[in-house]
Amino acid sequence: MGGLIAYGAYIPYNRLKRSRIAEVLGSGGGPGSRAVASFDEDTTSMGAEAARAALRMLAGGPASVRQLYFATAAPAYLDKTNAGAIHAALRLPESALAVDMAGAVRSGVGALLAAADARVPTLAVLADVRTGLPGGGDERDGGDGAAAFVLGGDVEGGAPVIAELLAHRSTTAEFLDRWRLPGDRASRVWEERFGEHVYAPLVAGAFTAALEEAGLTAADVDHLVVTGVHGRAVRAFAKASGVRREAIAPDLAAAIGNTGTAHAGIALAELLDRAEPGQVVAVVVLADGASVLLLRTTAALAAHRAPNPVAAQIAAGNDGLAYATFLSWRDLLEREPPRRPDPEAPAAPPSFRSEGWKFGFVASRCESCGARHLPPARVCVRCHAVDRMTTEPLADVPGTVATFTVDRLAFTPSPPLVAAVIDFDGGGRFRCQLTDLAPEEVAIGGRVEMTFRRMVTAGGIHNYFWKARPQRPVVAATNGSNGAQGG
Amino acid sequence: MASKGIRDRVAVIGMGCTTFGEHWARSTDDLLVDAAGDAIASAGIALDDVDAFWLGTMGSGLSGLTLSRPLKLDYRPVARLENMCATGSEAFRNACYAVASGAFDMVMAIGVEKLKDSGFSGLAIGAPPNDGTGGMGEITAPAMFSLLAPAYAKKYGVSAEALKEVMTRIAWKNHANGARNPRAQFRKEVPKETIQNAPLIAGQLGVFDCSGVSDGAAAAILVRAEDAHRYTQKPMYVKGLSFVAGPAAGTIDPGYDFTTFPEVVAAAKDAYSQAGVRDPRSELAMAEVHDCFTPTELVLMEDLGFSERGAGWEDVLSGTFDLDGELPVNPDGGLKAFGHPIGASGLRMLFECWLQLRGEAPEERTIASVAAGRKLALTHNLGGAPGECVSFVSVVGSEPTG
Repeated sequence: MGGLIAYGAYIPYNRLKRSRIAEVLGSGGGPGSRAVASFDEDTTSMGAEAARAALRMLAGGPASVRQLYFATAAPAYLDKTNAGAIHAALRLPESALAVDMAGAVRSGVGALLAAADARVPTLAVLADVRTGLPGGGDERDGGDGAAAFVLGGDVEGGAPVIAELLAHRSTTAEFLDRWRLPGDRASRVWEERFGEHVYAPLVAGAFTAALEEAGLTAADVDHLVVTGVHGRAVRAFAKASGVRREAIAPDLAAAIGNTGTAHAGIALAELLDRAEPGQVVAVVVLADGASVLLLRTTAALAAHRAPNPVAAQIAAGNDGLAYATFLSWRDLLEREPPRRPDPEAPAAPPSFRSEGWKFGFVASRCESCGARHLPPARVCVRCHAVDRMTTEPLADVPGTVATFTVDRLAFTPSPPLVAAVIDFDGGGRFRCQLTDLAPEEVAIGGRVEMTFRRMVTAGGIHNYFWKARPQRPVVAATNGSNGAQGG
Repeated sequence: MASKGIRDRVAVIGMGCTTFGEHWARSTDDLLVDAAGDAIASAGIALDDVDAFWLGTMGSGLSGLTLSRPLKLDYRPVARLENMCATGSEAFRNACYAVASGAFDMVMAIGVEKLKDSGFSGLAIGAPPNDGTGGMGEITAPAMFSLLAPAYAKKYGVSAEALKEVMTRIAWKNHANGARNPRAQFRKEVPKETIQNAPLIAGQLGVFDCSGVSDGAAAAILVRAEDAHRYTQKPMYVKGLSFVAGPAAGTIDPGYDFTTFPEVVAAAKDAYSQAGVRDPRSELAMAEVHDCFTPTELVLMEDLGFSERGAGWEDVLSGTFDLDGELPVNPDGGLKAFGHPIGASGLRMLFECWLQLRGEAPEERTIASVAAGRKLALTHNLGGAPGECVSFVSVVGSEPTG
């Protein structure tokens, strides 16, 4: 049996403090905060960011991935495969399969289990944007984020397994607990105690079966992650599971909210950030049944942890987001646009021709003189050599702000638009938008990194491309403490 | 530069220019009919005398029909040109070459733009179908040009406050000039405090740092220089014409620092060489430059050789380019106060040279340099943005070189 070879998580920069809801609506809200996808993020872009983090730790790089499963309950497109944009952003081989598992929260753990069973190296990407109606429980308790894992098969380049797969078991039942009709803004839920009644035996059965298959008992579990769509049933099982109290991992909900399809993945990533070698990790997901995944960390884990731990991403969040801004980002508050033309949609053929640049941020470099060209060009701007270019992936190359401006007239879903001229380390310049910052934070000389974003949606087309964001230091987090005690 | 130029081979014998502004009651056709009519009357000729036409418009019509239909031209050549904000100059340049070549005896260059019908703030230019990676996204023209301000301030150690004062002075001067121009869109002086405290549009640029969005048209009648005196005692001779398109290197080459337009430097050098200008600051009677935004005019003072590098801001503050200064710049109010109907602007600049060199400008904005004996004027027209633009420079004069 294979195992886990790389992981990464992505928590968006913005947080909504729940107390801000009551400030506006007069009731609701509560303590803590929830993670919020920015106006230029969706499940596809956040999934791509989480996967970039995972692939950064993968010895064989993107070329070693043979399949991509993308799970989300909030797909950016229907009919069209959203995993295709992630495939392109990651520069996976053309021969790699990319498919969506979209619609239900359960798809998240489903993608993880399908990847675990795969014979070839498989990337499972889990992402969600959770939104309910203003003042409701889902708005308050939900969260946005993504996680990605590479599992399965023998990986070229000899990437080591960082967690062995011991067993996984699932149970399935048909019942109404949480559901949503296509196009509806909010989910519906049945009476809470009914769900708890149904879930209890389903999860107990899956957990017992998985432990049996692995030849373990509950007492052997060093870390237990329980997540799901039914908070009360999740908490009840954590208590009844029989694992040691101290083995129960915090569910992160207080700090980032329940990220739905992504949540088990983010919680697992947080565990892997701090687990020690040789520990048994149990991931339990309650969603239309139950799934249990048992892993044992290996000695290779310590050297292959994700570069930006979940706890550090939680600590780095910006909780200054106004509730009205949150509502407008989620299309729940329509604001007056500037007197400017509507943004134009990208066209299909030029987007297809520039897949490497548009989705992968692959520039070109002149073989004659070394000059980098963003976007890629055929004729060198410096030495004028023709067709002497090689591809030059720059998505992971940081840069410096050469000059910048704050555009208060331009159309943007969240004015003002901040644009900068970026000079990349090692050469090359590009003008682009900045994101995840306040206008007063920009300065000439500021350090930035590239991030995959949904620039705008126009004419029914999502325009995915890259922006720069400030390179913020990874906040040091103490082992075992993630500032998110919400379990 | 390999251009040889056409010094003193072509002359302007008549010009026309509509008022610029929000012409809710006048169409593109109206503006063209008016500007063409004024130019013909100015030259004392009939429309039938004109052999061929060069029409500049960025977006107010496609093809020569945009002109031939309203003027009811009977089967004569009409070229329709576009070169962004330098479109009007491009029409003039090509018309000059047609006369110089001997292909035609008399031609018209005419430019028009109807911007106010769109209902949008600022310019709204549609792009060809594309991949959506235009870098800045939907970034506006003021934002593009606002990149000049912090870069200039940093390079030359000018404080943000001092630079704002320089920008304000440029806007104040051009508004003061426009107040003396009955054709201008904005005909009131604006106090410096109002300019300085206006709401920000982009970067350090406030509303008053931006040129006027307007409708308008302007036209010129051109003949061979040796024929000019058959029509007027005071023709305006074409001394130098340069138009360059840059490789857009500034947007991809970290060597570009946003304190200059290399395209302008190249066009100026070429035009000065054609015209025999060695020291523009002491030889030119005046200059009409592309002050689309106030930092643009500042940088142009250095690129056109009026000021030393890094000294343009001090020259602006000391009044060098004021109406009564050493070298008046934009005596008609410029894009700032006269307004900027794209296709017409390059010809509007030449119209001011025409008036001033012939001593026909209204008394309250007549520059002293012409009476003092200076005989050359310059127009500069720019299209695009810092790092990626096209630039036009012309030198015109009131006398053939002796």
